[in-house]
Amino acid sequence: MSEAERPPVLRTAGLGLRIGAVPIVDDVSLAVREGEFLVVIGPNGAGKTTLFNLLSGLTPATSGSVTFAGRDVTRAAPYQRARLGLGRTFQTSSIFAGLSTRENARIAAQAHLGGSADVLRSASAARVPLERAEAALETVGLAHRAEVPAGALSHGEKRKLDLALVLCTEPRVVLLDEPTAGMAVEDIPELVAVIQRIHRDGHATVLMVEHRMDLVMGLADRMAVMHHGTLLAVDTPDRIVANETVQSAYLGDPL
Amino acid sequence: MRGRTLLIAAAVLALLVALPWIGVPIPGLFERSLDAPGTLNVLALCFVFGTLALSYDLLFGYVGLLSFGHALYFANGAYVFAIALTRWHVGLPAALALTALAAFLLPLALGAICLRMRDIPFAMVTLAFAEAGSILVMQNPLGLTGGEEGLALSADALPAALVGVPNTHNLYWIALALLIVAYAVARRAVDSPAGHVWQAIRENERRVAVLGLNPYGFKLGAFVLSAMIAAAAGVVYVLLQGGANPQITTSGFTLALLVMVVLGGVGTLWGAVLGGIVYEYLDFRLVALANAPVLQAFPAVVRIPLSEPLFLLGLLFIVLVLFVPGGFGGLVRRRAPAAP
Amino acid sequence: MSDVVLLLITGLGLGALYFLVAAGLSLIWGLMRVLNFAHGAFFTVGAYAGWTASTALPSASPWLSWSISLVAGIAAGGVFATLTEVVLIRPLYARPVGQVLVTVGVSLCALALVEGTYGNDPKQILLPDALTGTTTILGAAITNARLLVIFAAALVLVLLLLFLSRTRYGLIVRAGVENRAMVEALGIDVQRAFTLVFAIGGMAAGLGGVLAGAYYGTIDPSRGTSMLIFAFIVTVIGGLGSIGGSAVAAVLVGVLQQFLNFYAAAGVGDFAVVALLAVVLLVRPGGIAGSAPT
Ligand SMILES: Nc1ncnc2c1ncn2[C@@H]1O[C@H](COP(=O)(O)OP(=O)(O)O)[C@@H](O)[C@H]1O
Ligand SMILES: [Mg+2]
Repeated sequence: MSEAERPPVLRTAGLGLRIGAVPIVDDVSLAVREGEFLVVIGPNGAGKTTLFNLLSGLTPATSGSVTFAGRDVTRAAPYQRARLGLGRTFQTSSIFAGLSTRENARIAAQAHLGGSADVLRSASAARVPLERAEAALETVGLAHRAEVPAGALSHGEKRKLDLALVLCTEPRVVLLDEPTAGMAVEDIPELVAVIQRIHRDGHATVLMVEHRMDLVMGLADRMAVMHHGTLLAVDTPDRIVANETVQSAYLGDPL
Repeated sequence: MRGRTLLIAAAVLALLVALPWIGVPIPGLFERSLDAPGTLNVLALCFVFGTLALSYDLLFGYVGLLSFGHALYFANGAYVFAIALTRWHVGLPAALALTALAAFLLPLALGAICLRMRDIPFAMVTLAFAEAGSILVMQNPLGLTGGEEGLALSADALPAALVGVPNTHNLYWIALALLIVAYAVARRAVDSPAGHVWQAIRENERRVAVLGLNPYGFKLGAFVLSAMIAAAAGVVYVLLQGGANPQITTSGFTLALLVMVVLGGVGTLWGAVLGGIVYEYLDFRLVALANAPVLQAFPAVVRIPLSEPLFLLGLLFIVLVLFVPGGFGGLVRRRAPAAP
Repeated sequence: MSDVVLLLITGLGLGALYFLVAAGLSLIWGLMRVLNFAHGAFFTVGAYAGWTASTALPSASPWLSWSISLVAGIAAGGVFATLTEVVLIRPLYARPVGQVLVTVGVSLCALALVEGTYGNDPKQILLPDALTGTTTILGAAITNARLLVIFAAALVLVLLLLFLSRTRYGLIVRAGVENRAMVEALGIDVQRAFTLVFAIGGMAAGLGGVLAGAYYGTIDPSRGTSMLIFAFIVTVIGGLGSIGGSAVAAVLVGVLQQFLNFYAAAGVGDFAVVALLAVVLLVRPGGIAGSAPT
């Protein structure tokens, strides 16, 4: 089967969210292929984060449906979608600030490997999650910071930890919401390398919101453009850049 | 470091176990000598409240759930036990079994509803349920709870070794055992995989959910465990006090728990235990202060506040919240270098 | 028939008292996300300030004396609440749980002081004859004081709604309840709105304290706590942050409670209110008026 013929791993149909009468995300139909790297762009307030929230189930959709891994998950809770293999990060780092960096990753590994509901054994007795956590920290370059409370990490380190948590859960599809936001330019290549590792070595399908076009052009198989809550276009990076509707959206053309 | 801590803990424990045989008076701290029944009773009550504070800290300090209805689960243990013994005459083993069942089912049912809310709405709803419990106890349904009067245990419902002033040392040991077992259970629980998830929920519930764990289930588990420990404390309380009384159902009682935990340090088990013990002790001693003749010499503006234990505890509480957010536990931790 | 009317009106009166406490709670929660445990203390302090003022200043006219107690109660509630906000809540701006805890401390202290000063026994409230008299409505003899309580709460509701919709600060409060970050981003001083909301809430609660004295004929230190708990229930059922929702829920709760306490058995009504809360939460977690609380 060629790329395009395989059934999409993640698909939305007419997905929407209205708050009162205001459409925040409007009639988004999108099919994401297994293994692809899809970058979502769009001006601030376009609804990218909200779309991710609808996909991961943090915000219940008011219309349309989400299909993931062959199942209708429109009504599924976030944790159920995560168990099916949908991982995500947040636009601002979302970690367990009071716990150590290692413990952050260990909980993620434990969540994925099972046994989290155990109240009788000591958590530190389980070797496998711990090894998984150490490996993930190694991969993102945080191994030397394992003892530090996650809240005390630098901004860039927190973003790496965000990715380490994703690594630990080996997701089938991962939603990355502006993973490089606020990072120093010199730290970005390292982070991008981790993302590529998740994509290639982890065989994960990646949806990523990103603003830096220089980055995007090298990474994306396809790009999706959002504007005013709607999906303007989904296409290869070259054609997106050439697309007039997209250009006018960014230039603020009234259309 | 760890070895020394264990050694100190073992020494304190040995001392506490041996206390009923040590007839030394400690002037200033206790009115009578340590082995006097009155002193042992106060200490045993302190242990009960230490246990109760521990159970509350499990919920508030480790899962981040601010319940204003925890008194209900203490009262649940106390009243079910007292009713089974004195109204239904089922005997001690059956009464304990019934209490255990109630201690499990009530928080399961109410927690399932309350945990649909988060944060402050959760707090309000737990408060409302506890109030319903309090009303129920006061109404004296079917003559079971004794209403405002409370419910006194009849002496013949219990083994002789648990009845009467000369046997206070037995109750003391039971209370001490309760505290030790509860501490061990709580320690194990918070160090377990589930316990780590609780702390993760406290830090960031949303992230826990997107990692594939259902926060609701974990919170409900912690809620039930914490309520069961509270119920066990309620049973020992009834033994110590010779009955159940409606004060333990009130919202004021839950607030006292909150004071204990904040006093001792939110999120440290031993801190909470210490908070519970110190609170109960202060409450007891401050009543003595209120009746002290010295106080009568002062004008009303000074005398009245000083003779209200709850005022002084409330004030201490406010000061702690404002200036020492970590309580005792926090003070110690800040002094010591951060443990790895 | 007259039973029904009587219960309806006493229930309305009770609802009115709940509303006076719940209105402030709901606004404080809506704007500041503070669960104010001290609100019951504002009520109690208002009640005792009113009683103290009217006994300290015995006047020839019972009306004058009672009016003085009204003013004293409102003022005491307002001042106490303002001080609480400025001195204790404000320094804990970055610690929401600390704010809740500190209000718990305030309520413990205030209650202990009131008990220490006035004792636990109920105090009789002296009312003008016109208020202790009754009016017959559809065959039911209703104590005038209860009608007055209903009237006063309705007036407070109207004033609050006018304040929220017509005044600049009211608009800030309303916008702040909707989206505080937005209001702050516009450079508006929300801090002052916080203090104002506390002051207004405290005044309403203080008024509630004095009116509760008229409604029941006595005051005692423990009523504030049960008022607070039912007011919490009212605010949750009504939708946190919504004044209109609180008013509707207060009436619903008060009337339901009275009817069941009368027709079923004492205590059943109180119980049913908690059950109603559970049902509302299961069916509609945001309350009657609200969006889902965060
Ligand atoms: N819960 C909400 N209530 C009101 N408006 C919202 C809510 N969530 C998002 N919005 C609005 O929806 C728009 C899209 O937001 P977002 O998805 O964060 O955009 P992006 O991530 O593309 O910058 C913004 O204008 C935001 O203000
Ligand atoms: Mg965004």
